Amino acid sequence: MKFAVVVFPGSNCDRDMAFAITNALGEEADLVWYQEADLSSYDGILLPGGFSYGDYLRSGAIASTSGVIEQIRQAAEKGKPVLGVCNGFQVLLEMGLLPGAMLPNQNLKFMCHHETLRVENNQTQFTDFYKEKEEIQIPIAHGDGNYYCDEATYQTLKENKQIAFTYQTNPNGSVADIAGITNEQGNVLGMMPHPERAVDVLLGSEDGLRLFQSILTHWRNNHAINA
Amino acid sequence: MRKVKIYITLKEGVLDPQGKAVQHSLHSLEYTNVGEVRIGKYMEVMIEDKDNIEQQVEKMCDQLLANPVIEDYSYSIEEVV
Repeated sequence: MKFAVVVFPGSNCDRDMAFAITNALGEEADLVWYQEADLSSYDGILLPGGFSYGDYLRSGAIASTSGVIEQIRQAAEKGKPVLGVCNGFQVLLEMGLLPGAMLPNQNLKFMCHHETLRVENNQTQFTDFYKEKEEIQIPIAHGDGNYYCDEATYQTLKENKQIAFTYQTNPNGSVADIAGITNEQGNVLGMMPHPERAVDVLLGSEDGLRLFQSILTHWRNNHAINA
Repeated sequence: MRKVKIYITLKEGVLDPQGKAVQHSLHSLEYTNVGEVRIGKYMEVMIEDKDNIEQQVEKMCDQLLANPVIEDYSYSIEEVV
């Protein structure tokens, strides 16, 4: 399976993401500069963490107006898996591929530590290697990770089982402890915690690896059916 | 040219931790009559004269300058001599 890691000016977790795919998962990943990106030949799209455009205006806002966004939207419409982590999640929100918006952390601090997440929905192509309600250790590293949506949107997220992960101890003030959500079709996942930084025991946790294994297995199964 | 002054504020009901921190700080300076503080953004955008300039400004606010999920905006347009 071949992944594109889309690199914006200011992305800084792009290599971690590529490392997770190539070294831990054993698949292919290209770092693709946003301006020259042709995403058509890739099987999965990864939007890494960092500070695209210095987080000017709002985190992810300026990246969400760049030319590559239309290609990301098309990939999502075709049903390809699209994963946005941290700043990647913020970009997915700002481009409207996922509902809601990010606010500064409630305590106004940048936070960087491991969090215990609960897998709320293990029936997605990103989470089916986890058990339902399983608790996993994934690090966070963000200043603007306070997920906000209005009550109606929250009800829709709940009814459609779009809430993939929640925090056990809400670190940032997110609505309903939300750490990660999918789109309605389930092929776009945005999450603030960094699964790519939890792919080896040396990193303190390997709980993130199963997220990538889920994507790969789902893709292989799908591919075998289509072939 | 026109100077467009754009004010962006968090929507009512959206928690503003920065405003809260400033409110507490004002209280500790003994401005005990200070109520809620809300912090927003102010932008000045120079735009060449054009028909439907208001429509254009609203469109750019909706598309980029404000995030309609969490923010409201208002603006005024001034003649620049």
